Amino acid sequence: MRLLQLTRISKSFGPVQALEDVDLEVAQGEVLGLIGENGAGKSTLMNILGGMFPPSSGEILIEDSPVLIHDAKAAERLGISFVHQELNLLDNIDIAGNIFLGREPKRFGCIDQKRLHELSRPLLKNLGLPIDPSTSVALLTNGQRQLVEIAKALSIDAKILILDEPTSSLTLQETDTLLKLAQKLRQQGMAIIFISHRLAEIEAIADCVIALRDGRNAGWLGREEINRNAMISMMIGRELDEVYPKTEPPVENVVLSVKDFSTRRWPNGGATFEIKSGEILGMAGLVGAGRSELAQALFGIDESPAGLVEIESQSIPRGDVGRCIANGVFLAPEDRKSSGLVLEMSIRENMTLNSMKRFTRYLRIDFASEKEKTEVWLREFGIKAPSSEQIVGNLSGGNQQKVVLAKWMTLKPKVMIFDEPTRGIDMGAREEIYKAIAKLTETECAILMISSDMEELLGMSHRIAVMREGGIAGILDKEAFSEEAIMQLAVREDLATGA
Amino acid sequence: MESKLSQYLNRYSKEGCLALVLLFVAFWTILFSRNTEASGFLQSLIESRFLSLRNLENLSRQVGMYGIFSLGMGLVIISGGIDLSVGSLMALFGTVFFFLLTGSHSWIPGMPWVPAIIVLLAFSTIVGVFHGWLIAKIRMPAFVVTLCGLLGYRGLAQTMTHDTAIGYYDAKFGIAGLEKLLTGEILGLPAAFIAFLFVSSVVYYLLHLSVFGRYLLALGRNEQAASYSGINTKLIMGLAYVSCSILAAISALFFAVYTADVVPSIHGNFYELYAIAGAVLGGCSLRGGEGTVIGIILGTTVLLVLQNMVNLLGYDSSFSKVITALVILGGVLVDRFEIWKLVTRTRSNTA
Repeated sequence: MRLLQLTRISKSFGPVQALEDVDLEVAQGEVLGLIGENGAGKSTLMNILGGMFPPSSGEILIEDSPVLIHDAKAAERLGISFVHQELNLLDNIDIAGNIFLGREPKRFGCIDQKRLHELSRPLLKNLGLPIDPSTSVALLTNGQRQLVEIAKALSIDAKILILDEPTSSLTLQETDTLLKLAQKLRQQGMAIIFISHRLAEIEAIADCVIALRDGRNAGWLGREEINRNAMISMMIGRELDEVYPKTEPPVENVVLSVKDFSTRRWPNGGATFEIKSGEILGMAGLVGAGRSELAQALFGIDESPAGLVEIESQSIPRGDVGRCIANGVFLAPEDRKSSGLVLEMSIRENMTLNSMKRFTRYLRIDFASEKEKTEVWLREFGIKAPSSEQIVGNLSGGNQQKVVLAKWMTLKPKVMIFDEPTRGIDMGAREEIYKAIAKLTETECAILMISSDMEELLGMSHRIAVMREGGIAGILDKEAFSEEAIMQLAVREDLATGA
Repeated sequence: MESKLSQYLNRYSKEGCLALVLLFVAFWTILFSRNTEASGFLQSLIESRFLSLRNLENLSRQVGMYGIFSLGMGLVIISGGIDLSVGSLMALFGTVFFFLLTGSHSWIPGMPWVPAIIVLLAFSTIVGVFHGWLIAKIRMPAFVVTLCGLLGYRGLAQTMTHDTAIGYYDAKFGIAGLEKLLTGEILGLPAAFIAFLFVSSVVYYLLHLSVFGRYLLALGRNEQAASYSGINTKLIMGLAYVSCSILAAISALFFAVYTADVVPSIHGNFYELYAIAGAVLGGCSLRGGEGTVIGIILGTTVLLVLQNMVNLLGYDSSFSKVITALVILGGVLVDRFEIWKLVTRTRSNTA
């Protein structure tokens, strides 16, 4: 039976058309995988279901009768329950208090603690979380917190459960528990909409898959058709190998050599690796494995307690940005808005901020040549802006990132570190960034690319190093590339085998 | 295609509007201080007390003296910081300078005025480096560091003078040259104003034409991004405080010699606030990264001309503080809602 059906849902925010004629349906006891790139409209669609805002047009049917969802309370009454990507629990109250937050059973105007805990116990038991409901949330692991979130969602007699990236902060074992739980809930007749970037999870659990692209339906897959490649080509609208440019295998001489390198976060990390001329070394790892910390310490912006860094067999000092830049070691940082760019300044001023020496005589800036050069780079990097006087904050994420790339790549890097080079960037701009990175391999540059996007790592890298607890857990050669191999290295073995 | 003129107007619209305000206040003052006995209206305006030689001379001297330390404050504000110690430094620098001339304090040797000036400038540099070190390197909040300066420097000056006044007339060596240099006139303009023009052009060069200015603006906007670009942000931030302290010392020389004796308990009282007010009125943002030399000069001048208006027209001088407050508040409000853009939009349409 069709439990929930959305027909021709559209939503526009001012001139921006976020959703256009999107259809979706899910039956009782069915898990629907919802996939799509960042900005494809998944969140907008789910927010409409959750009552955050109404659709501009289109119809929502529950059990074949049309409904209006004005607000979150209305969604709740209809049995739609939402587990958000970020964990929204309050640390300072116990599990039971969190589950029934705002809906606490009362007695003489006070919270009835006894009943609160009695109501919580069966919910936790159903989820396989054998913990007393009076436990403080502060003591729980991320995985347990996620389960409490789900208990909270189920406590309203949900018929439809929306899980938005539920596994993004979980370990492998916790993810496994969660997937098993979803299966159990399905058997109990729950309809589940499962949103995830981790396609392996979708493959493992979904009965059918709907992909969104640019706010529109981009395809539907039934149980038998679900596989990784089919899902990716639906999301991006073409075959995967068209997206990532081909690069030549690297030349044999080593450009960057890092030995027993540690960061302040992981003082015993002891990372050791080498990158050859023209090689892209991808760097994978879980959140908190110390990848960005490594990048920042290599760039010298952060101190590093120990280790040896050599560029073309010349050792360079640790923790000295000035020397790193002078030696051609550059970083395009993870957070371009706070570290990569000065948003209120123009494209020109941002592009030259790291290299004013080129445009100054004594102390005086040569504005004419600065302007001339930046206009050339503007075209070279395909930055869509009327002129280099445009304020960077007004550009799209993709164009902002291109400004960061231009800023460093025009300085002829010897070691270029990219930290999440395409985070939050649309497909078109992404491909241009990939092309720019691929072009860099034709020079004698060593490239370190940190990314949490598996496809990107697998598609761009010559080798992939996997980080764990500040060290290198292993380096995979191209023949050994697979999502599973990376995850296996990224998680501690004892936990992985315990799963 | 926009014309050159409208581009120019667009970029400097804020300063343009401030200049209009300045002209308005000046004209108002001229109008109501006109010589009613003169023949003809125009003549009466020309003979107004505002345009009298004495008033203009006085006004330009004040603009010079206040302008110099306001520019220093502007640099600090653009770096994203604040310096609350300027007024107290003015008292301390004046006191130290006079002790250098008289040699009447046991800690300080007496000397001729030329080395005294050099010693004072060196002392102010040390003070600036100290501020810069605490704020940029040790990362103490600028507000706290300079608040301690606000209390401490004036207290130190008061202690040194046993809370009385100190003059410079019993200087050990000849001071005729000093008086001539600091209170004299060059080409009919007060020396303080000439010094101010010189300082303005140096600061203009530093802020708008040199790498230092670019780095300072970037650092004020986003210190993290500036350091990720390899800029030595600590050095640049420290230099802002050093400049502020040195400019305060230059200004203090003029004030001290102009007032002839320094009473540390009141000398330079609240000057840091006038400087902040002038800079903010002139378009500097207290969040940092925003501000121009022309703006700071105009902002400071507007405040002084307002003061001059109150004096000349005999308005209640207590009320002048209220007027000043309202003008600053109004100016920042206009800036907040970018009302000046409306003016330029209509103007650039006709251009």
